[in-house]
Amino acid sequence: MNFGSEISEAFIVCIAAIFTQNILLAYFLGLCPFLGVSREIRAAFGLGLAVIFVMTATTLLNWLAYHYVLVPLQLEFFRFILFIIIIAAFVQLTEMVIERYSPLLYQSLGVFLPLITVNCAILGASLFMVIRDYSFIVTIGYGLGSGIGWFLAIIAMAGIRQRLTNDRIPRGLQGPGIALIIAGLMALAFTGFTGVLQGQ
Amino acid sequence: MKAETKKIALDGLWRNNPIGIQVLGICSTLAVTNLVANTLVMCAALIFTVSFSSATVSILRQLTPRNIRMMVETLIMAFYVIIVDVLLKAYWPEMSRSLGPYVGLIITNCIVMGRCEAYGIANPPGRAFLDGLFQALGYTCILLLIAAFREILGMGTFLGWPVPFFSGPHWDKWIILVMPPGAFFVLGILLWIFRTIQFRKEKTRP
Repeated sequence: MNFGSEISEAFIVCIAAIFTQNILLAYFLGLCPFLGVSREIRAAFGLGLAVIFVMTATTLLNWLAYHYVLVPLQLEFFRFILFIIIIAAFVQLTEMVIERYSPLLYQSLGVFLPLITVNCAILGASLFMVIRDYSFIVTIGYGLGSGIGWFLAIIAMAGIRQRLTNDRIPRGLQGPGIALIIAGLMALAFTGFTGVLQGQ
Repeated sequence: MKAETKKIALDGLWRNNPIGIQVLGICSTLAVTNLVANTLVMCAALIFTVSFSSATVSILRQLTPRNIRMMVETLIMAFYVIIVDVLLKAYWPEMSRSLGPYVGLIITNCIVMGRCEAYGIANPPGRAFLDGLFQALGYTCILLLIAAFREILGMGTFLGWPVPFFSGPHWDKWIILVMPPGAFFVLGILLWIFRTIQFRKEKTRP
């Protein structure tokens, strides 16, 4: 495959990861923070941005680690541990760098970074990347698209939930219950994008 | 000890059910609830991982330095998940393929870490094992319920076998339930029912 067609494939994969195959609404990854941190838009925004950044970077790092370390050594089954360690180390490093050079960014983003280590969407994106056998350039598109898709979903969710605060919801349905129903409606809306991309 | 076991069992299955009350760890498992068979395998893997890693964390609790315990716990969990993954790949490759990356994602399932942190780290291995076992069983019950609803109403089958009425021509299959939004709806409604019953109980209790 030449360079140009790889770029266009990366673009298609990116759009697909945002809309038709949203990592949250179609694959259920990253649901815990999605339900926990979606009460107000500010927090959701910070967490979403952090996820975009970490997801893009770690899928790339994990791609390199998988194809240049694990495959030559035939240690593919070891990928779970290696990916987790890389993600944790990367998050820790980012936290330190941000704290040192940009206290302002640290204030808005810092609290969310440790949460991300246990976000299954991050590990999930890396595992999908391995299973679907993406090339390096396509992986860039996939990581970025998945991050943006997650970001969009949590922002929309936080916006809706903020408006719900004054509504009368049955007591048993309050909190996670209503959040899941909203997520279902959102997932339904996102399936409407199916067909935007031919051949997907 | 017997009363303790009973309390642990009741907590896991009902009073402190991981999904119904704590709403933990739905991420990686909700995705496979479109078929009952997938859910069964996935939940078996989860039961194995939770109970054994909780017990292992408990055995090592004196030896682990506090500040790196998260890392140690993650490695223990990853160890058991790798065992499951390798076994599935070797003996049941079709299932391994259809579960995709979700077996590996048990590592980041909050419930495994949650039980290790909440119970395994502070209790003897036997009790930690039981706690993990019953928490995971409580989790399994709810997921199986979701999977049964989705498979029967959406496809008219149960474990792949056609169900009399629902696979017939008089039943318009609810395809939406097999698709991702269906999982959200069914879980949301189940949570609603579960919590309403519990709240009612609390009210009647003096």
